[in-house]
Amino acid sequence: MTNSTNWITVCQESDLVANSGVCALINEQQIALFKVKNAGQEQLFAISNWDPIGEANVLYRGLLCSVGDTVAVASPLYKQRFCLSSGTCLDSDDVTIKVYPIRLENQAVQLQVSQ
Amino acid sequence: MSTSAQATNSQLRIVVVGNGMVGHHFVDQLIEHNTSVGADNSALHISVLSAEPRLAYDRVHLSEFFSGKSADELALTTPEYYQQHKIDYKLNAAVTHIDKVAKTVTTVQGEVLSYNKLILATGSYPFVPPIPGNDQPHCLVYRTIEDLEAISASSKVSKIGVVVGGGLLGLEAANALKEAGLETHVVEFAPQLMAVQVDGGGGRLLRSKIEALGVKVHTQKATQTIEAGDVCRYKMCFADGSFLETDMILFSAGIRPQDKLAREFDIAIGERGGIVVDNHCQTNIDDIYAIGECALWNNFIFGLVAPGYTMARVAAAHILGGDQTFLGADMSTKLKLMGVEVGSIGDAHAKTAGALCYTYENQASAVYKKMVVDSSKKKLIGAVLVGDTSDYDTLLQYALNGIDLPEHPEALILPASGGAKPGLGADALPATATICSCHNVSKGDIIAAFDGGACSLSDIKSCTKASSGCGGCSALLKSVCDAELSKRGVEVKKDICEHFAYSRQELFHLVKVGKLQTFDELLTKHGKGLGCEVCKPAAANILASVWNEFILKPDHVSLQDTNDTYLGNMQKDGTYSIIPRIAGGEITPDKLIVLGQVGKKYNLYTKITGGQRIDLFGARVDQLPEIWKILIDAGFETGHAYAKSLRTVKSCVGSTWCRYGVQDSVGQAIELENRYKGLRSPHKLKFAVSGCTRECAEAQSKDIGIIATENGWNLYVCGNGGMKPRHADLFATDLDTETLVKYIDRVLMFYVRTADRLQRTSVWMENLEGGLEYLKQVVIEDSLGLGAELESQMQVVVDAYQCEWKTAIENEESRKRFRQFVNSDKADTNIVFVEERQQIRPATPEEKASFTQQQQAKRIAVELV
Ligand SMILES: Cc1cc2nc3c(=O)[nH]c(=O)nc-3n(C[C@H](O)[C@H](O)[C@H](O)COP(=O)(O)OP(=O)(O)OC[C@H]3O[C@@H](n4cnc5c(N)ncnc54)[C@H](O)[C@@H]3O)c2cc1C
Repeated sequence: MTNSTNWITVCQESDLVANSGVCALINEQQIALFKVKNAGQEQLFAISNWDPIGEANVLYRGLLCSVGDTVAVASPLYKQRFCLSSGTCLDSDDVTIKVYPIRLENQAVQLQVSQ
Repeated sequence: MSTSAQATNSQLRIVVVGNGMVGHHFVDQLIEHNTSVGADNSALHISVLSAEPRLAYDRVHLSEFFSGKSADELALTTPEYYQQHKIDYKLNAAVTHIDKVAKTVTTVQGEVLSYNKLILATGSYPFVPPIPGNDQPHCLVYRTIEDLEAISASSKVSKIGVVVGGGLLGLEAANALKEAGLETHVVEFAPQLMAVQVDGGGGRLLRSKIEALGVKVHTQKATQTIEAGDVCRYKMCFADGSFLETDMILFSAGIRPQDKLAREFDIAIGERGGIVVDNHCQTNIDDIYAIGECALWNNFIFGLVAPGYTMARVAAAHILGGDQTFLGADMSTKLKLMGVEVGSIGDAHAKTAGALCYTYENQASAVYKKMVVDSSKKKLIGAVLVGDTSDYDTLLQYALNGIDLPEHPEALILPASGGAKPGLGADALPATATICSCHNVSKGDIIAAFDGGACSLSDIKSCTKASSGCGGCSALLKSVCDAELSKRGVEVKKDICEHFAYSRQELFHLVKVGKLQTFDELLTKHGKGLGCEVCKPAAANILASVWNEFILKPDHVSLQDTNDTYLGNMQKDGTYSIIPRIAGGEITPDKLIVLGQVGKKYNLYTKITGGQRIDLFGARVDQLPEIWKILIDAGFETGHAYAKSLRTVKSCVGSTWCRYGVQDSVGQAIELENRYKGLRSPHKLKFAVSGCTRECAEAQSKDIGIIATENGWNLYVCGNGGMKPRHADLFATDLDTETLVKYIDRVLMFYVRTADRLQRTSVWMENLEGGLEYLKQVVIEDSLGLGAELESQMQVVVDAYQCEWKTAIENEESRKRFRQFVNSDKADTNIVFVEERQQIRPATPEEKASFTQQQQAKRIAVELV
C-alpha cells in the first residue's frame, strides 16, 4: 500500500552516482540504491545490499548490466546477477533478495520501508 | 611404494615389466578399455613392475628438468590415478627372473607374481664405450631423472664438460651443460654431427651453428683412455695422439635395447640385441610380448616414442582380442637443438636407387635444405632441413601420403620470391594422412570427431588427444581443424557479449580509429542495451590502454570492476587489501616502518606477496582514502594490484651485491616497472629481471622475463606461472637497454591491441597464428611496419601516467565514493575479525553468530543495570 506516511528520505539525488550504486543504512538495514540511465530516462532502484551467495554487504559495489530488457547488478564477489526490479538471481534459481519501493520527491530520494 | 589389488581367479592377469613411456601407454590402453566396460566387473588384473623409484615420466622432455621442470611436472601419471583404476604397481621392483613354464616373474625383492600375459617394456640403456677409466666419478649418462640430478650435482663442481657422442641426444646433453655454465665440448667418432639424421652438408652447417654458440666440436676422435688430468679432473686421450682435459664426461654414444631378461631366460633376441617381435608385438614365447625400445621388429629398433606407442596399442588390442598390426613406423624428426632447427625425413641420405636431390644452401642466413625424390621426380622420399624447418610439415605430408609433387618441386624448399609458396593446404591431405603420430590420429579421425559433435580445436584435442604428445603437429592440427570448421560453415563467434557483436580486438580498433573516448559513445555507435559486467570492464580497459585517462573520471567510473572503482582488491568479506608499489622489490627502512605503522594503526593483516611487495588486508572501504593519504605522504604510490595492468617487476639482487651477478638487475627492474606501471592491458602483466643465468628472479615464468648476460640482456616473452604454467620463449639475446625497451614496448602494445579479453600473454602466444616466429617478425623485423606506431602509442600511455590514488584523494567527488553509507558514518557491522597468529582474520559465519549473541547479551545486561 502506497501511503505517504511511511516514505522516508534517505539522501539527496546528488548523492547517487549515474549507472552505479551507493548504500544507505535504514533501521540497521543496508540498502543498495542505483540510478540507471536508460534511453534518456532515469530510473531508481533499491535492493538489499546483502549478497546471500558471497555473504557480505557488497551489492552496491557491483556492475550494472542489462540482460535483454532486464536491468541487473552483478555481485562484485562472485558475479551472480540480481534483477533490480524483482530481486531474483538470474544465475541461481532459488535465490531472491529483497527489493524496496523508491521515489524521487523534489531532489530527495525516498524509500518506503515496512514499519 | 606399492599398491595391491588382489586378482580374482576369473581375471586375466597381465604383468607389465617396466613403467617407462611405452609401458605406461600400454597400461593406459587397458585402463581405457576397463573404463569402457566398467572397471568393477573388469576381466583384467594389471600389475606394473618398475625398476625406477617413480612412475612413468616424460623422457622426451627430460632436458626440461634443467630449465626448472620438476619430476612431478614431468610425470605422465600419478599413484592416485593408478590406484583409482586398480592398477597394482610396485616401484624399485626390477624383475630378475622369468619362469616361462610356471608363468611367473620374480622381482629383485624376491616377490613372485604369476601372469597370463607378460609384457616386456624395458626400454633401453645408454651405451658407454668400453674405454678404460669410464667408470670413475663424474663420468655420467643421460637417461633418467636420477642421471640428471647427478649431472646437476657434478656441474656445480666442474668447469669443463665433455659430451661423448654428437647425435641427437648428445647435442641435447651438450646444451644442458652449456646452460649450466660449463665450457662445453662435443667429441664425435664420425666425421660429422647427427650422422644418422642429416647428410654431410647439413652436418657442416649444424656444426658451424653450434660452434657459434660457444660449444667446441671435435669430430673423428676416438677416445682411448680417461686418465687423471693436469689442470682438470680428467684427461681424455684420443687415438690420434691429441687429448682434451675436462672435469666431467657425459656419455651419449647411443642406446642399446634392455634385453637382459630375454637373454637370460631364453626369449629370442636379434644378432645385435633387441627382443624379436612379430606384427602383433609377440615374442617367440607364447603369451610374452615386447614393446617400445627393447623390441626388435623386422631387425629394426625404433628409438622414438611414437612407434613405441603404436606397439603398445597393438599389443593391448591383441590381448583384448583385436587384430591391429605393427608394420614399422616413420622415423622422421623435427627438433630444435640449442636453438638450431633440424628436420630429417625418410631417406635423408638418398640411399634409394635412382634417388635425386634438390639442395638449397644459404650460408649468409645459415640455412640448408635438401629434398630427396624418387627417380620419376613424382614422389618425395626424404629431406634434410637445418636452420629453418618451416617447410617440414608440408614435406612430411608429401612423403608420408605419397602425394604427387608439383611441377617444379624445388619451389617447396626455395624461399618464396614475391608470391606465396605452393603450400599444401589441409584440403589437399587425404583422409588417411597422419596428423599426430604420437597418438596416431589421422585427418579422417579428426573429421569423424567433428561428425561426432566436436565443435572446436580444443574439443578435438581432448577427444582425440592429437597434439598432446610431442606437440610437433600443433600448427598442422590447427589448420586441418580450421579448414574443417569453415567447410562446415562454422563461423567462430567472437562477440564479447550480447551488447557488442565484436571481439575485443575489433572493439580496440573501433575505439582507436573512431577516436571514441567514452563507453557511452561506443555503446551508442556500435552496441545495444546498457552493457554488462563483461563489456564494461573490457571497454574501460581498452579506453585506458588507448587514452590512459583517470579511471574514476565520471565518464568511466560506472564501467569499472569493483577493484578498479575502489582501487583495491576486494576480499571475501567486502574489505579491501592495499598494496603500494615497491618497484623492483627495493624499499628503504623508513618506508618499511611506515607500512608497519599503518598496519598497526588500522589493525591490518600483513603479508609479503609473491611479487616482492607487502599486502595490507582488512581495510574497510571508508578507511581507504585515509590510509592512502598517509602512504602517499610517505612517498608511496598505487601498486595497481587491483588492475589488469603491470603488477610487479621482480628482481634478484644483481651485480651490485651478488658475487655472481653480471648486470644490475634491480636498477633495470625499477626502470622497467616505472616505465610500464599504469599500462592497462587485457590481463595482468608480470615481469622479472635476473642478474645472471642462475635466474633467481624466475624470469622465465613471467609475461616479460629478462636475464642478464655478459653482453647485455636476454629477453623472454609470454611465460606464466600460476594455474597453467608456461615456460617463456627466448625472444632475443644480448640486447642493450635501449633495444630491450623498444622490443618490450612493441611486444606489449601488440598484445594490448590484439589479445582477447582476459587473455594472458601465454595463451595469446599459443593462439597467435605463426607463434613466436611471427611475433619476432612483427617486433624485430617490423614486418607489418607497425613498430614506430606501437612505440609511440606506448609513449602516450607512459606520459599520461598518474598515481590513481593521489588523484582520487585530491578529488572531492571521487573521494565521496569511499564510504559505506550515503546517510551514515557507521561501519558495516558484518565485518568482524578474530585473531590468529597475532594478526586479524575475517571471522567465520559461526564465529560471527556467536559474536552477535555476545553483543546482544551485553546490550541486555546494560539495559538491566
Ligand atoms: C633425453 C632424451 C630425449 C629424447 N627425445 C626424444 C624425442 O624428442 N622424440 C622421441 O620420439 N623420442 C625421444 N627420446 C626417446 C624416448 O624417450 C624413448 O623412445 C621412450 O622413452 C621409450 O620408451 P620405453 O618405455 O620403451 O623405454 P623407457 O622410457 O626407457 O622405459 C623403460 C623402463 O623400464 C625399466 N626397466 C628396465 N628393465 C627392467 C626390469 N628388469 N624390471 C623392471 N623395470 C625395468 C626402466 O628402468 C625404465 O623405467 C628421448 C630420450 C631421451 C633420454
